[in-house]
Amino acid sequence: MKIVVCVKQVPDTWSEKRLDPADQTLDRAAADGVIDELDTYAVEEALKLKESLGDATVVVLAMGPAGAAESLRKALSMGADEAVHIVDDALHGSDALATSLVLAKAIEQIGYDLVLLGSESTDARMGVMAAMLAERLGVPQATLASGVAVDGTSLRVTRMTSAAQEEVAATLPAVVSVLEKINEPRYPSFKGIMAAKSKPTSTLSLADLGIDASSVGLAAAATKVLDSTARPPRGERTIIKDDGDAGARIADFLASRKLL
Amino acid sequence: MPDVLVLIEHADDTVAKASLELLTLARRIGTPVAIAVGGPSPSVVEKLGGYGASTILSTDDESVSSSVTAGVVGLLASLISSREVAAALLPSTAEGKEIAGRLAVRLDAGVLTDAVDVTSSGGEIVVEQSVFGGSTVVHAAATRGVPVITVRSNSVTPEESPATPSVETVSVADDGGRHAAVTSRSPVSAGGRPGLTEASVVVAGGRGVGAAEKFALIEELADVLSGAVGASRAATDAGWYPHAAQVGQTGVTVAPQLYIACGISGAIQHRAGMQTAKTIVAINKDAEAPIFELADFGVVGDLHAVVPQLIAEVRERKG
Repeated sequence: MKIVVCVKQVPDTWSEKRLDPADQTLDRAAADGVIDELDTYAVEEALKLKESLGDATVVVLAMGPAGAAESLRKALSMGADEAVHIVDDALHGSDALATSLVLAKAIEQIGYDLVLLGSESTDARMGVMAAMLAERLGVPQATLASGVAVDGTSLRVTRMTSAAQEEVAATLPAVVSVLEKINEPRYPSFKGIMAAKSKPTSTLSLADLGIDASSVGLAAAATKVLDSTARPPRGERTIIKDDGDAGARIADFLASRKLL
Repeated sequence: MPDVLVLIEHADDTVAKASLELLTLARRIGTPVAIAVGGPSPSVVEKLGGYGASTILSTDDESVSSSVTAGVVGLLASLISSREVAAALLPSTAEGKEIAGRLAVRLDAGVLTDAVDVTSSGGEIVVEQSVFGGSTVVHAAATRGVPVITVRSNSVTPEESPATPSVETVSVADDGGRHAAVTSRSPVSAGGRPGLTEASVVVAGGRGVGAAEKFALIEELADVLSGAVGASRAATDAGWYPHAAQVGQTGVTVAPQLYIACGISGAIQHRAGMQTAKTIVAINKDAEAPIFELADFGVVGDLHAVVPQLIAEVRERKG
């Protein structure tokens, strides 16, 4: 059983993010890069599946600039077995379509029974990647999982949509995205951090994947940003100290805005 | 005018307010064609017509309703290839975005998620998006294919525009693919409250609420305002309120008419999920809390004193 976990290096969730005015892509230098917190749930789920299945290999995969190697190292120190880093200057500015193309090629090259990833990234927040990978790979999509059970060649997932809780069945190989409520990601132990240094890691270029550089990157994107502006500050603010009548004063305010 | 496909969310006799918002936006850029999975009831047909749907295309095909996204993607893809379509509009729910993503891959078309406005300018469809938790406003467009757009709820006020829609049944050819199958489905109940992303009013509690049982106060305020209940990550991590109610970077993004933050400091993590609310009221003990930078009306005080008084005032004024 081979489990490929896709992880993304993103600006720290607690930091301010902005677009680079030059080309309207994420300014990665403006904030510290970390492994996407939502992907750590996918890493944890892969490790739990490996523990329950016994015979399984967990490969972590990231596409991104050199710094993304840190996210892979974090996943290795949590307990993943191998890391693969897709790095190529031509990838800068790739949209979700191109990213899914590149990840799908790499996943096919690595070989897989199960692909795991977070339900969305905390920077772009599109929430499309798992569905796109299932489409590209031509395998079942069992996404938005709050629970995953693998039994031989089949998979059962509890899927949480905005309207319903669904029980979903699929055969392997398949793509699964996980929600943050699924587990509690482990912290890397000192032993895990030391062991990560000797685990196999490899890099792949677009050429290694047989992808033409002209089909990825900013120039090939199927969408374009026309302009971006910082949201204007909110209008007049009123801040009061409660002198025993604040509840009534909030009600006055709501009434003045016709919100009551 | 070319068609604008609108994926409708409906159940029994009701249509989601977000779907009426999509129809309102669709009318600006083309002729709204409503796609309803599962035969729409007469009252659903009437409602969709009332908001300008010229055509309703429905399917009862089991393979569409019981597969995870794949069936709906196949249906939309076949409609787009057989009709003149200007854009496809879907709700910006988790599953709406998944459908949009797959459809974009299949059509090799641009996908734009979390739009808060859609306009047509010189033949090009332009969306406005509010990114990085609302700190940046972006205008974007597709550069190829039929734009696949997901729209956040509460982005536009639904406007009636009576039409008498024709209702047609469409079928989907089996694509022969291996798909995940939904074996059972139980609707999520918000306990009689409106859904978090759809509600016009959201009352949210944070660390300052202090305990799980104290969330009853937040719920009571939400109920007198007919609103939904949200929570900060500090409150959900503490186990005081369910994860599903978490508003923020790693939770739900809301943009209601009114957001009342109770005992929430307003870390970036939280602001990312609520700062596009039209009106923000904050109650917090700490005068330095960053939530006050966003608040239209802020109270420095103890929510356990302020909220009960506010509840009583709202009850009295609403009679």
